[in-house]
Amino acid sequence: MGVVSLVAKRLGLGLVTLLVVSIIIFGAVELLPGDLAQQILGQAATPETVKALREDLGLDRPAVVRYFDWLGGAVRGDFGFSLANKRSVAEQLGPRFANTLFLAAVAAAFSIPISILLGVLAALWRESVFDRIANVSTLTSISSPEFFLGYILILFFAVLNPWFPSISSVTADMPFTERVFVTLLPALTLTLVVIAHMMRMTRAAIIALLASPYIEMARLKGEPRWKVIAVHALPNALAPIINVVALNLAYLITGVVLVEIVFVYPGVGQLLVDSVTKRDFPVVQACCLVFAATYILLNLVADVGVILSNPRLRHPK
Amino acid sequence: MARERGLLLKIRGLRIEGRADEKWFEIVHGVDLDLHRGEVMGLIGESGAGKSTIGLAAMGFTRDGCRISDGTIEFDGMELTSSPEEDLRMLRGARIAYVAQSAAASFNPAHKLIDQHTAAPVQHKIRTRRESEEDAMELYRRLRLPNPEEIGFRYPHQVSGGQLQRAMTAMAMSCRPDLIIFDEPTTALDVTTQIEVLAAIRDIVDQFDTAALYITHDLAVVAQMADRIKVLLRGDEVEEADTRSMLSSPQEEYTKSLWAVRSFRREQKPAVGAGETPVISVSGVSAAYGPVRVLDDVSFDIHRGRTVAVVGESGSGKSTAARCITGLLPPTAGEIRYHGEALPASFRNRTKDQLRQAQMIYQMADTALNPKKRIGEIIGRPVAFYSGRRGAELKKRVDELLDEIELEPSQYYHRLPSELSGGQKQRVGIARALAAEPSFIICDEVTSALDQLVAEGILRLLSRLQDELDLAYMFITHDLATVRSIADDVVVMKEGRVVEAGPKDEMFRPPHHEYTDLLLSSVPEMDPDWLDHLLEQRGVDNIGEAARK
Repeated sequence: MGVVSLVAKRLGLGLVTLLVVSIIIFGAVELLPGDLAQQILGQAATPETVKALREDLGLDRPAVVRYFDWLGGAVRGDFGFSLANKRSVAEQLGPRFANTLFLAAVAAAFSIPISILLGVLAALWRESVFDRIANVSTLTSISSPEFFLGYILILFFAVLNPWFPSISSVTADMPFTERVFVTLLPALTLTLVVIAHMMRMTRAAIIALLASPYIEMARLKGEPRWKVIAVHALPNALAPIINVVALNLAYLITGVVLVEIVFVYPGVGQLLVDSVTKRDFPVVQACCLVFAATYILLNLVADVGVILSNPRLRHPK
Repeated sequence: MARERGLLLKIRGLRIEGRADEKWFEIVHGVDLDLHRGEVMGLIGESGAGKSTIGLAAMGFTRDGCRISDGTIEFDGMELTSSPEEDLRMLRGARIAYVAQSAAASFNPAHKLIDQHTAAPVQHKIRTRRESEEDAMELYRRLRLPNPEEIGFRYPHQVSGGQLQRAMTAMAMSCRPDLIIFDEPTTALDVTTQIEVLAAIRDIVDQFDTAALYITHDLAVVAQMADRIKVLLRGDEVEEADTRSMLSSPQEEYTKSLWAVRSFRREQKPAVGAGETPVISVSGVSAAYGPVRVLDDVSFDIHRGRTVAVVGESGSGKSTAARCITGLLPPTAGEIRYHGEALPASFRNRTKDQLRQAQMIYQMADTALNPKKRIGEIIGRPVAFYSGRRGAELKKRVDELLDEIELEPSQYYHRLPSELSGGQKQRVGIARALAAEPSFIICDEVTSALDQLVAEGILRLLSRLQDELDLAYMFITHDLATVRSIADDVVVMKEGRVVEAGPKDEMFRPPHHEYTDLLLSSVPEMDPDWLDHLLEQRGVDNIGEAARK
């Protein structure tokens, strides 16, 4: 099968998954107990006003019709209006999602190169002191809860040494460098959380290949050790590494709720938590759908990356 | 003549230890070896003889979990056992090169051949990248690879096995080393491809006057390649002599026994009477994997108490035919008849009794036996499944089967497969097939993973069981020596078709079909002049083409 058809197939599967997820999100909110109109108006409302609001919100129509309505809007980027403040959901979500992506990008820019480099070095000097220190320290950081890591960093780098702000409030009109500066502490917290996973997978994937005949061949050709690892083992270990990187990237975007709250960072995570407490369902649905789409998209990119990293598929006979 | 040119490699009292279960134990027990410039020495022995370990040690290299515990390895005046790793690295690839058994596994799948070829000369600063590329094309041409200008720019998976093996030999030559270690370079190849590679290796070693250690378990191959032969057994030297005297008058008992292996031959049974119904009849069977057609109108019969050998190169459809017979791969056309009665195409639609009648024995006994089950369970399961025996009756039957395969029940019943030798595992595979009390057994390359002496034991066992139980065998193999020793009838396959079929005696007597002739003449013989004569006959330049015709 050619690369193009493989990629097209994955893309199709990704869309189907997203559709299924959208049904689940919509259905879950639908199953929540209580009547939305009743909730908005409070216990004191008369049945007439509740009925009027239901008609106004379109809640009297069957769920299937409302689902397709919602989905059709979502496809065009229209997620309806927030119940809490009557503003467009897309308008609220857009800048916050951009903030979350920015934080994830800063964290990824640190964590991916560092963890792959550490993984390669740990494989190169396996069983050495470096290998052990790298393993133990990354394990320690992944085992600590992220809010704890966040507070530790705040303690050392914002309170004891006031180098960075402890509150990462970014605004749209901030210059890029300042934005990065303000985002640095939460990004560092996230880096500490994801680095262990990626580093250990890189190390394991490379070490698994070291017994291969072609690695022995490279050594018997007199190639230096770093070349054996970086030129001969790493390209063949890419598939598992790409997968774990994608998984962690997705985590950086969808799993940041706690970190955003610790640093009062205006991202999607905070919005989601606020909306859940306010029972602002259109916003919750939109946040979930955006997270799901991000997750699926990243995994899709990983799949395509894995396909492209395989020379047998890239260069058919 | 090589002798006057000085010693290149001098090994004295080499001891190598391997690590298992946290303990070190010796695998090479003090071997001496002298190799002169331009000389080719053959190292032969069964698996576990320490051939590869010694070959790698000649590069100052040991695999993970091995170490050189004693002895000296002197290469051109340099002591390797005490040299720092960095000095050894400068030597490897540049002055001593290595050609591995499986080129397909030893070329890095992620890089083009040319990138891998030029790595060593550029690394060792012997040639620039451009010079090395040009040199590669020259070497490819000398090794008679097709499209020498272009083939280097392909990835390993885009090149056939025989071509890869030659490309690897070219790669070993890239720095014009003084010594090349050939570690079973043709073992994974078909006989017809093997010839091309052997001829190419011999020519290029000759042309550049390279010394070589040629490691193999195949006596006939080493006879073509080596000036001198050293025989090894379990890490000890048995004897060493120049090739001709070693072949004509081996001194040691073990060497003589190696030479004698090929003597086992059973009587061919008389032709089948007309009108007798075959046990299995394959008629007009075609099969495909997806859109790829792999069998095309294949027909042959297998009669009671007879062995039909199905021979051909890899990819000729031998194993696919077996999969069709067992119902694992339903054919797209034709049918399989058992005692004249058509069997359902898929095994799912066959009755228990129909399933019972056809059993299989596999090539790799290692992977065909469940490593977590004890021998008694492995054999007991099909007994219980097909005969319904339970408890003491089941145990009794398993003991009988173990007796059949000459393994003492009290000793082996409770063992795990990992506690058995390769030959014993294959015997358990046979017992498992017998447990179903079949009338027909498919043996798929059952001896090709085994050493010659062990393989002969398996062939004798199969032959005895056939006489006792009147079994019909379909014997899939690419080894014509095995065919000679055990077959009654032979079916020759090529590219999914039967090109020739008939009784063994006729098949081995000319005139043959052109392809059968090619197969037969490609099997190396013990005569050290065999390759020369063959190349003369075929014309040196068209060996490759002859194989492809």
